[in-house]
Amino acid sequence: MVMDVIVGLVPLAPLAGFLLIGLLNKQLRTWLAGLIACGSVLVSFLLSAALFIAMGDDQPSFTYTAFEWIAAGDFAVSFSFLVDPLSIIMMLIITGVGFLIHVYSTGYMHGDEGYNRFFAYLNLFIFFMLLLVMGSNYLLMFVGWEGVGLCSYLLIGFWFKNTEYNNAAKKAFIMNRIGDVGLILGVIMIFLHFGSLSYPEVFAQAAELNAGTGFITTITLLLFVGAVGKSAQIPLYTWLPDAMAGPTPVSALIHAATMVTAGIYMIARNNILYTLAPATLDVVAVIGVATALFAATIAIAQNDIKKVLAYSTVSQLGLMFLALGVGAYTTGIFHMTTHAFFKALLFLGAGSVIHAMSGDQDIRNMGGLRSYLPITFATFLIATLAIAGLPPFAGFFSKDEILAHTFASSPILWGVGFLASLLTAFYMFRLFFLTFAGTSRASESVRSHLHESPSSMTFPLIVLAVMSAIGGFIGIPAVFGGGHALNNFLAPVFAGSAALAQPHHINHSTELILMGVVVGLTLIVIYFAYNQYVKKASIPAPESAQRSGFEDLVYNKYYVDELYDKVVTRPLEFLSRALDTLVERLMIDQVVNSAGRVVTWGGKTLRLLQTGNTGFYVFAMVISIIILFVVKTFI
Amino acid sequence: MNDSVSQMIQQVPLNHYIWLSAALFVIGVLGVLYRRNAIVIFMCIELMLNAVNLLMVAFSAWHGTAAGQVFVFFVMAVAAAEVAVGLAILIVIYHNTGSTDINVLNKLKW
Amino acid sequence: MSLYIFYFLAFLAVFSALMVVFSRNPIYSVLYLVITFFSVGGHYLLLSAEFLFAVHIIVYAGAIMVLFLYVIMLMNLNKESEAPKKTLYQFAAVISAGLLMMVVVGAVRGAEQAQIGLGANPALGTVKNLGSMLFNEFLLPFEVVSVLLLAAMVGAVMLGRNPLRTRRQSLKGAAQTRPSHAADVKDAPIENVKQLTNE
Repeated sequence: MVMDVIVGLVPLAPLAGFLLIGLLNKQLRTWLAGLIACGSVLVSFLLSAALFIAMGDDQPSFTYTAFEWIAAGDFAVSFSFLVDPLSIIMMLIITGVGFLIHVYSTGYMHGDEGYNRFFAYLNLFIFFMLLLVMGSNYLLMFVGWEGVGLCSYLLIGFWFKNTEYNNAAKKAFIMNRIGDVGLILGVIMIFLHFGSLSYPEVFAQAAELNAGTGFITTITLLLFVGAVGKSAQIPLYTWLPDAMAGPTPVSALIHAATMVTAGIYMIARNNILYTLAPATLDVVAVIGVATALFAATIAIAQNDIKKVLAYSTVSQLGLMFLALGVGAYTTGIFHMTTHAFFKALLFLGAGSVIHAMSGDQDIRNMGGLRSYLPITFATFLIATLAIAGLPPFAGFFSKDEILAHTFASSPILWGVGFLASLLTAFYMFRLFFLTFAGTSRASESVRSHLHESPSSMTFPLIVLAVMSAIGGFIGIPAVFGGGHALNNFLAPVFAGSAALAQPHHINHSTELILMGVVVGLTLIVIYFAYNQYVKKASIPAPESAQRSGFEDLVYNKYYVDELYDKVVTRPLEFLSRALDTLVERLMIDQVVNSAGRVVTWGGKTLRLLQTGNTGFYVFAMVISIIILFVVKTFI
Repeated sequence: MNDSVSQMIQQVPLNHYIWLSAALFVIGVLGVLYRRNAIVIFMCIELMLNAVNLLMVAFSAWHGTAAGQVFVFFVMAVAAAEVAVGLAILIVIYHNTGSTDINVLNKLKW
Repeated sequence: MSLYIFYFLAFLAVFSALMVVFSRNPIYSVLYLVITFFSVGGHYLLLSAEFLFAVHIIVYAGAIMVLFLYVIMLMNLNKESEAPKKTLYQFAAVISAGLLMMVVVGAVRGAEQAQIGLGANPALGTVKNLGSMLFNEFLLPFEVVSVLLLAAMVGAVMLGRNPLRTRRQSLKGAAQTRPSHAADVKDAPIENVKQLTNE
């Protein structure tokens, strides 16, 4: 009973926060709004931690049904939550990192006129994300899925007076929706084939199926389409760089740590279905690794600090999908966890830099910020080391595990992934050196304002830095003699898949060799970056510079946006205009206006009955009597 | 005595009374539509009322109760009242417009 | 025998009704209407409604028709001053009336052949019978009709008064002929009322 209340309270607290702040928007003092928002997420985090501690061998999962939601004939869906190892990890990340970002936002958004609205939206986002990961059926997950899309739209277009930001928000939402078509179709097919939308029932039935059947492949592919939209893989990734128009805490929370990981979560949750469809897993792996490399190549030429991090997110998500695609579900979750820490830290650090630089985001104008922003510098360095994959930081363990499993499955995929990792190290350290090292290239007025951020912003940075440093130790692989704690913890969730398909094994020596190769080459790449940007102090070319061939291609993001515009947007606009003039104006409007015209005409005609002549009125009465008489007697 | 009494009782079909009453009523309607003089129209309305009275008395005799006749009683009272007030109105109209032609009274529109 | 009386009275009623409608002179219409009333009254007698016959003659022929005659003479309408309606409207009137007749007749076609026994129940229309019914079952309508007649009387009187403007003018004229001092001005309303009642 107590557990039920706790489980129910976890999503309820942020929802209450949203309602309170949202309804009392104008009346609340800003400090109070911030307090309520952070407090509600903190409550959720503490309750999630309590659930995590309470989880053990005797209580592997909690379920709590709030109420019977839909009951229509044979179709019944209940509003129920499932807290098992997978969802508790997600909940801890969402509420933990979310809490830190809330605290950060109290400092970052200080003085903004939409301060209260921002926190209301953030709380709403946490609520929906929790619904997504806690729901025990596809419908509730879908509610959360759409809800986080909505909050993403609201938060990206937070400074709504700027049309470009609004366009970015629209783009994000629409691309998400394109993916959602696949998701909805997948869910419908699940219902058609399994007769239920509840996870336990579907997975129980799926466990008895044979692998490789057609409809399972279709279902998993459709679900993956949804993941492609939400988690920004090729071809639905272009919204994420544009989404950097939103405030930096939003980028940290939504587009680094939580929303974009919804796709990963969904595939991990449906691991049984995916294990039964090896073809789809291949597709997932290929798309994932292709995206990883593709985005990494774009990132090396970007000059906006947030854009680099955005493409880095896309690339890292690709690596996570690669892990899922080779059947290493736990590894995907592991990398997602460590990525949440260091990517959020990177974004928050970038926010700190932007805050200090009075809003300038171009790294060509930065430099030498080490002396001005010491805490930011230190935490950013830890995060960059983590993402580059250097031991003993978090990123090393997770990324290495991905590469190891990939190598066991397919060396070619390993090669591409390896290349993507090297590029990651390169562009991250390029970013780091251009921002913090050397001498300041900022203008005099900006330089005079350079200051370290307030403690509300640096405190989360420090906490996240600690997590990035030690977070990897939850998954020490066997090769180092550690019991992989995360693996054991998540084992029950993936037990079904493990029974069906043996994960590829890699012997320890190969793994150590691979590790050594990767780390070694990464160090070389970092040195190369150091050489380029610190020793030689080369600054990237300004906007208007001439670029040749490949450089031009990657600087302009391979012209993908322009391609989409030509191939998709323009034809749709044309179709829309054609339908407007043809169908709307000529047909529908005519029908609707005719209704009005008929009434007017009828009125004009009936008016002629009122002649005013009493004799005519009597005559009309007599005629009416005759008609009534006839109708009554004979009909 | 009984023979003469039974001889005196003649049977008239009820339908005849219905037709007679209908004829009088229809002639009244005809008069209302046909004439322009307001007073003649009034008289035709009285004709219609009479037709109805006749019908009710006929049915009262057919049923054997006096309820129909009592109703005729009330109809007559109402007709008298109606004539009084109607003619008063007619006189006022005549004072205002100077004629009894109903086509003059054509302002009852919109 | 009664049957012949019935047919004679019926024919007389219809003929004089037609003459009411088609007479040029309104006075002739009134007289023909009186004949119609008498024939209908005769029907009442046939149907054992003696009291009703008496009331019918007194009220209709005696009061209502006299009222009509007063009004016609008041308006000096004995001349034929009425232009007939347009031919189209005359046709429409006749045709619609004919339609109505046909509909009514058609409605009772096929009804069972019922017979009324003339004189079968002579005690039906006696004063005693009607009176007992009137004061027992129909007491409320009886009382309400008296209120109705009162309302008609008041209405007729109100309608027959002089219009307000001329009344005021006549009163003003009467007031100005009197010597004007304060007492009279105060008493003016009462004087007006007295004027009205003296009119």
